[in-house]
Amino acid sequence: MVRNLLLAVLVVAVVGTGYWGYREHSEKNAILIHAENNYQRAFHDLAYQIDLLHDKLGATLAMNSHASLSPALAEVWKIAAEAHSDVGQLPLSLLPFNKTQEFLSQIGEFSYRTAVRDLEEEPLTKEEYKTLQALYKNAGTIRQELRNVQHLVLENNLRWMDVELALATNDEKGDNIIIDGFKAVEKNVDTFSSSSEFGPSFIGLANEEKGFVRAQGRPITKNEAKRIARDFLGLKGTEEIKVTESGKGADDRFYSLTIRDPKTKGDIYMDITKNGGYPIWALNSRPIGKPKISLHEATNRGMAFLKRHQFTGFELYDSTQYDNVVVLTFVKSENGIRIYPEAVQMKVALDNGRIVGFTARDYLSSSIPRPLPKPKLTVEAVKKKVNPQLKVMEQRQAVIMNDLQKPVLCYEFLGTLGDETYQLFINASTGLEEKVEKLESVEPNYG
Amino acid sequence: MVRKLIVFTLIGVLVCLHPAGDAAAFSPQVIQRGAVGDDVIELQARLQYLGFYKGKIDGVFGWGTYWALRNFQQKYGLPVDGLAGAETKRKLVKASKYYEQFVKEQIRQGNEFTHYGGIPLSQQVKKRGSEGRTAKTTASNVPKGFSQNDIQLMANAVYGEARGEPYIGQVAVAAVILNRLQHPSFPDTVAGVIFQPGAFTAVADGQIWLTPNETARKAVLDAINGWDPSGGAIYYFNPATATSAWIWSRPQIKRIGQHIFCK
Repeated sequence: MVRNLLLAVLVVAVVGTGYWGYREHSEKNAILIHAENNYQRAFHDLAYQIDLLHDKLGATLAMNSHASLSPALAEVWKIAAEAHSDVGQLPLSLLPFNKTQEFLSQIGEFSYRTAVRDLEEEPLTKEEYKTLQALYKNAGTIRQELRNVQHLVLENNLRWMDVELALATNDEKGDNIIIDGFKAVEKNVDTFSSSSEFGPSFIGLANEEKGFVRAQGRPITKNEAKRIARDFLGLKGTEEIKVTESGKGADDRFYSLTIRDPKTKGDIYMDITKNGGYPIWALNSRPIGKPKISLHEATNRGMAFLKRHQFTGFELYDSTQYDNVVVLTFVKSENGIRIYPEAVQMKVALDNGRIVGFTARDYLSSSIPRPLPKPKLTVEAVKKKVNPQLKVMEQRQAVIMNDLQKPVLCYEFLGTLGDETYQLFINASTGLEEKVEKLESVEPNYG
Repeated sequence: MVRKLIVFTLIGVLVCLHPAGDAAAFSPQVIQRGAVGDDVIELQARLQYLGFYKGKIDGVFGWGTYWALRNFQQKYGLPVDGLAGAETKRKLVKASKYYEQFVKEQIRQGNEFTHYGGIPLSQQVKKRGSEGRTAKTTASNVPKGFSQNDIQLMANAVYGEARGEPYIGQVAVAAVILNRLQHPSFPDTVAGVIFQPGAFTAVADGQIWLTPNETARKAVLDAINGWDPSGGAIYYFNPATATSAWIWSRPQIKRIGQHIFCK
């Protein structure tokens, strides 16, 4: 009797556990399938977009009328952006696939720039046609390879989850068809993107890193770096300073300093260029107490700090308070012309008014030729081009970097339309509207 | 006892009758665009009382407040500099009223309200918030192009990835996220970069959903405001745990704490 009862309990327990295990298993499976499907969608979508990209690029080659070329190029731009976003959703970040990503992004930029241009007035140049042809050819190669991978995936029921696993465990031996396929694509892109068949109009689009052009001078030693830091940060001299040199991958060599004052909490960090010993940035991580001084006072102190360290001719562009610190942006100003790319930012603590952050990265890497050009158009002529709805409140001359990353002299207008404030830049020699931005830095709190 | 009560009542009545808004209300600071706090609330309320300011009274000195202040300065024959200094504040206080209690109460409750002169206050409130709220402000400054939620998401990622790192290492991780936004090889949005499959281990193992601390948030703000301790890096890895041979082949810029930052 007792035995039977025990047996019954055991049977129930076994069946119960089995059922629970089965449910756990199927739940886990459902989640895995869900994740797998997301990857599959991104992958097949990518194959399709590249297909389409190839076709559309081919179509633009045959087009002759500007009326149809502009929309076609705009479509190429859109397709390239979607393909770019698809790649971002695949677990490829451990796999070198960045050249292909970059290639897609560059196709997008190239087609965008040509699409928005008035092709009636400024038709595609011979060079640009050559670029288009090269893009078409190479998109064809990628398409072939991706279609092949896609075929293998479908035929063999390959799973992206396995790709993720193989990449995560860095499984060198197990040959994964998908990984091999993508590696082949990447290798191809790598070869043709380093060749010159795209021409200068395409190569120029790649993110060129300029480095610290302004940091000229003889290389300094570690001890000199310490001295510069002491002077720049107003240190007492009792602090412990650790200096390390940048790695080989840095465009410009620099020193990184960690400054520890045994008396205060929080370290100060600073980078100084090796050539000439210019401070790149500094940041103090000490805790900051209750605000005691005003934003205006902090601005004055920031200004005085700049003057003290030979940053002359700067004016305040923006000031923002975040709790107990303020962030100030100063820009170079020459004869009333603001040079926006030459900016330095500063952080001032509101508890004692000391500078707790400084960065001159933009200023040091800016290379705007001097003397500045003279405007060809008058401000009155340019003002007529401003949207009549906009009420202009302030105007001045300014230098900005345009879409093509070239410095341009503009007339800057600050104006209001409804409740919003806008900043407009109109080219002072061509009258082109280079940049229009809505200035908004206040956000309502949610919840 | 009764006399005391009468005195108190009298004082009470006097206080109520006293025109709200003394010169003593503003603190002595010069208020400048970008400021936040009680002085800004008063400035906005007074400018609205006179009809110069039509935006929300939220305690953040934005562009709307700036133009309103300049218009006021022009109308009242003051130097037009967009700064609320002593003279500007004196004239403003003389010309307007400020019902501080009313304004503060509405802000605390999160109601929609205005503070125009000549209209009964009771007609200027639209109840929206709840009684129990204790909010001190209804808006904050945010860096251009980023919302508070973007900052929060980035703070989550930074906290999950680098909470054991020195402060500067956290700023550097945030800077890498931002450098990726600009880089053609990576997605173009904050969420796209953070949730790119396999990009961050903290996302893969769910540590991103830990509640970030204030340090992580500050690190993100510093990175967004232009500080890049990574030296323009788009990758970083922990040499003790990195398994990928490829990541070692990237040109290394510098090491901060446990992380090596590279291109």
